Amino acid sequence: MHEELFGKLELSSIPYDSPIIMGAVGSAILMTLVVLGTVTWFRLWPYLWKEWFTSVDHKRLGVMYVILALVMLVRGFADALMMRSQQALAAGGQAGYLPPYHYDQIFSAHGTIMIIFVAMPFFVGLMNIIVPLQIGARDVAFPFVNAVSLWLTVISAWLVMVSLSIGNFSHAGWSGYPPLSENGYSPGPGVDYWIWSLQLGGIGTLLTGINFFVTIVRMRAPGMTWMRIPIFTWTILVTTVLIMLAFPVLTVTLALLTLDRYLDMHFFTNDLGGNLMMFPNLFWSWGHPEVYIVILPAFGIYSEITATFSRKRLFGYTSMVYATIAIAILSFGVWLHHFFTMGAGANVNAFFGIATMVIAVPTGVKVFNWLFTLYRGRIHFATPMLWTLGFIITFCIGGMAGVLLSVPPADFMLHNSEFLVAHFHNMLIPGALFGYFAGYTYWFPKVFGFKLDETWGKRAFWAWITGFYLAFMPLYGLGLMGMPRRLVQYGNLDWQPYLLVAMAGTGLIALGILFQIIQLGVSILHREALRDTSGDPWDGRSLEWSLPSPPPLYNFAVIPEVTDLDAFTRMKREGHSPPPSRSYEDIHMPRNTPAGMGVGVAALIFGFAMVWHIWGIAFFSLITVVMILVARAAVEDVEWVIPAHEVARMEEVRS
Amino acid sequence: MNMASSSLQSPHEGHDSASNVTFGFWLYLMTDCLLFASLFATFAVLRHHYAGGPDGRALFDLPGVYVETLFLLLSSVTNGFSLIAARQQRTHFVLAWLFLTAMFGMGFIWMEVGEFWTLVQQGHGPSKSAFLSAYFTLVGTHGAHVTVGLLWMWVMMIQVMDRGLTPRIQSRLVRLGMFWHFLDLIWVAVFSVVYLSGML
Repeated sequence: MHEELFGKLELSSIPYDSPIIMGAVGSAILMTLVVLGTVTWFRLWPYLWKEWFTSVDHKRLGVMYVILALVMLVRGFADALMMRSQQALAAGGQAGYLPPYHYDQIFSAHGTIMIIFVAMPFFVGLMNIIVPLQIGARDVAFPFVNAVSLWLTVISAWLVMVSLSIGNFSHAGWSGYPPLSENGYSPGPGVDYWIWSLQLGGIGTLLTGINFFVTIVRMRAPGMTWMRIPIFTWTILVTTVLIMLAFPVLTVTLALLTLDRYLDMHFFTNDLGGNLMMFPNLFWSWGHPEVYIVILPAFGIYSEITATFSRKRLFGYTSMVYATIAIAILSFGVWLHHFFTMGAGANVNAFFGIATMVIAVPTGVKVFNWLFTLYRGRIHFATPMLWTLGFIITFCIGGMAGVLLSVPPADFMLHNSEFLVAHFHNMLIPGALFGYFAGYTYWFPKVFGFKLDETWGKRAFWAWITGFYLAFMPLYGLGLMGMPRRLVQYGNLDWQPYLLVAMAGTGLIALGILFQIIQLGVSILHREALRDTSGDPWDGRSLEWSLPSPPPLYNFAVIPEVTDLDAFTRMKREGHSPPPSRSYEDIHMPRNTPAGMGVGVAALIFGFAMVWHIWGIAFFSLITVVMILVARAAVEDVEWVIPAHEVARMEEVRS
Repeated sequence: MNMASSSLQSPHEGHDSASNVTFGFWLYLMTDCLLFASLFATFAVLRHHYAGGPDGRALFDLPGVYVETLFLLLSSVTNGFSLIAARQQRTHFVLAWLFLTAMFGMGFIWMEVGEFWTLVQQGHGPSKSAFLSAYFTLVGTHGAHVTVGLLWMWVMMIQVMDRGLTPRIQSRLVRLGMFWHFLDLIWVAVFSVVYLSGML
């Protein structure tokens, strides 16, 4: 009876006996209660429901994505703090404070969260907000699908958080290699939590990819030819292609592992003909393009910021576009460099090694373009520019380490060492995260109508970048000294000083995060002083700055005509006058709907039930998803109309 | 608005306009194509990993698969007729052709489930060897797609009966047709790669 109702779920699945986990669960619950209490106290539920949870407005969805990313960043960073402090302590026979089984879950959760639930929602949030504004559109191609994507991402992150308190998370690393991730070695629910959170979130991402590709290809303002698309939107366009090509492979890879685990199949097992090396091949066929999926949007942000804050047109726009496309194509030809040691043979390794080195060429083109944009520019050292300059320098170091790793014989020595950990953090933190921080600061006034406090922003930057160097440069040394990654404890006392420095660096990064929280608080307090009344606080160059901050619901009262790459700069130079009010037309906008969130909630229940083998609930939640979608397809009036005179009145009020 | 620019945006905004949805659906089909490509690649790697068990020649019933194939190909023809009828605004013909398509589709699924059932009964389930895992997964994923297509088809029949052939419903029928033909195409690959070359 218990089996049918609860599957494998039991009261003992909650890890009461682990004070660290219970502490984390307790604080997470406490924070949730504080938030819920505040919302209830200020009677914000109707507002949140009407304006946010049921919203299909790309700007609102984007803000929710970014909030998710920031919350998950804190969670993922807490994992990082625990790993660094464990390794600082557990030297020369000391056990540290984390048992191995718990430590393994921490590094698995850290990787999964930082890639899937910080990097992805952060850039998807920024592109949701900015892309339609940059191309002169009133929304995305499929606003409802956009809401479904958001909620699938949110509930996947939830699933990871739930694993903290009910059961456990995967201990097989963020890449989940079999046979370790197979039933024989990971019988518990941990790997299943990992599978289902990636699977459901992946479907949301794939939908986003299709949605934004259609939006950018088909909904650009008149006159915006391919070579007049702002560079950020270009990088997003290429990113969506990567998403569409890569994410189906992830879906299959996870599904095959699921079949191995749930139906006793033999894709990746050691016995009955399974081939476990197929998993890394499939996984990295998605995983390597995924690296570029998170990094290309940041390149786009850096390009926008470099041009704006140097007060110059972006140097080499055309080569920037082609470099982006080249990186995207090459990214599908390098997956094997993640496992040179598999034994594929010298020729295969040589091919993938050279392909990997070749990627440095278009990336180098980009770096030089940024430098030449800076050259003789009137550089304004605002916070977004600081993140950009920090990125260019730091990223080059990580890139050179990458070229070093792409040489197969060198990789045989450095593979699975701390050198690798240093390298990919060196790429992803400056390469992706700094870019998102820069974009967050740059576009914040556009979304909320006031700028972020510069003083605290600069403090946060300096804490982050100093902390970054202290935390990761020692790891290069440790890798060369032979320290493998993912060690819970070690005997070699020579390593400890380096790990103590890394620990100190992590402390500085913690300070950086604290400063960012303070920055947000201070900015909200002083929002009247920081108010952006012009809509163009940085002297921007693309169309989003031609709108008031925050933009109206329909973004553009009149769709602009684009005559130049830097469309808004051109408008400002030629005298930008608001269009006469008689040119207003009725505007069709998509209606809000709770269906997106409904799909999300049903998918969450489905994921949880699948993790715990509660087949009945899994079946019914799946049926619920289908029913919501069928019901949605029966709704005819999915749009509402803002009449032209109403548009005129709203524009009147603003000016 | 000059000539070059008018091609970039439709006069009535972009929201869910039929052409955007069709374009988006094409892209979805391409991603689905990659999903099948990954499964085909997996099958190609594992197709001789019998683990001491039977191979395709011992298991497959080619005449049965031939009938399955006929069902699916005929269903694509009848689906095409339903679209012609839709263009001519002949609601009853649309319903009749869709019903026939669904019958062929259900016949296909019935035979596939029967084939799977027989194999499992004979002790050749998907857990017996990597070859069988890959076989059941590839063929089963196609079958699952056909099942979703059938569900969609029944929903469309109800919508046509309920609302008639409105432009929205017409454009949905076109997309359903794209999906159905796509699955036909995948089946041709399944037939050649799994069954035919398994028998050679």
